[in-house]
Amino acid sequence: MQEDMKNKMNVEVNADEYLDCRDMKCPLPIVKLSKAIKQMTAGQIIAVEASDPAFKSDVQAWVKTMGCELLEFVEGPVQVAVIRKP
Amino acid sequence: MGRQSSKTIMQLDRELVDYIDSTITAKVTEELNAIREQIAQTLAQCQKSPVQQLGNRATIVAFSGDMDKLIAAFIIATGAASIGMDVSVYVTFWALSALKKTTRFKGKPFTDMLTALMLPAGPNHLGTSKMNMLGAGQVFFNYVMKKKNMSSLAELIDLARQTGVRIIACQTAMEVMGITREELIDDLDFGGVATYLADACDSKITLFI
Repeated sequence: MQEDMKNKMNVEVNADEYLDCRDMKCPLPIVKLSKAIKQMTAGQIIAVEASDPAFKSDVQAWVKTMGCELLEFVEGPVQVAVIRKP
Repeated sequence: MGRQSSKTIMQLDRELVDYIDSTITAKVTEELNAIREQIAQTLAQCQKSPVQQLGNRATIVAFSGDMDKLIAAFIIATGAASIGMDVSVYVTFWALSALKKTTRFKGKPFTDMLTALMLPAGPNHLGTSKMNMLGAGQVFFNYVMKKKNMSSLAELIDLARQTGVRIIACQTAMEVMGITREELIDDLDFGGVATYLADACDSKITLFI
């Protein structure tokens, strides 16, 4: 299933985890993201896809408060954020 | 002779100026040092003060029984929990209706039966603060939100609990409204004002909604 998602994504990323938050509205993407990142180990990378227009500003603020690193952000109808767990 | 005396006066003047200069410098340095010491002391005090030791906590009082306001409250609660904060939501008065899973009449005094009859039956029955239009607004907004894939209040409360938000029902308000523990959703905490204050004192964010 993860491979399927990888193929569907509109950017090439090498991530350990993939998270589909398309069609989710605030606060769901952030909630799912923090849940997912809790289960990851330090240094691992997660790619998140989301369509909520607030996602860009939310994920930037979230990364800052959580001390994570936003490696890449792709804008568009479906936004992609690539995040590294500290 | 006139020239000589004026020269002495100028010399005298210079000595006087030097003297005044050195006195002023000494005085200013002395006072500046005192001020510096005071600043250092105040800084040290500030670093020791409890404001710096606040927990990573958010405390929200949910008071309103309006669906829209409660949605805002629970979105903030889940959001805060998602950035790693300890979140408590104190639910009191009209907001208690949002925690109801059922309404019971049996064994209640007459006044409690009356309130039970008049209060909304649960999170899906709350009106909106504006454009409610005798309940039409509530139906309309629930429909629109579902269509736009937004979480309903009931779902948000559920999500909040899954993300570790502590929900505390106010015992006093429950008595006033004639609501029993059996009528509310399971696994709630119950408390009073002291519980809230203890949490609020240790919180970076406190809201009353």
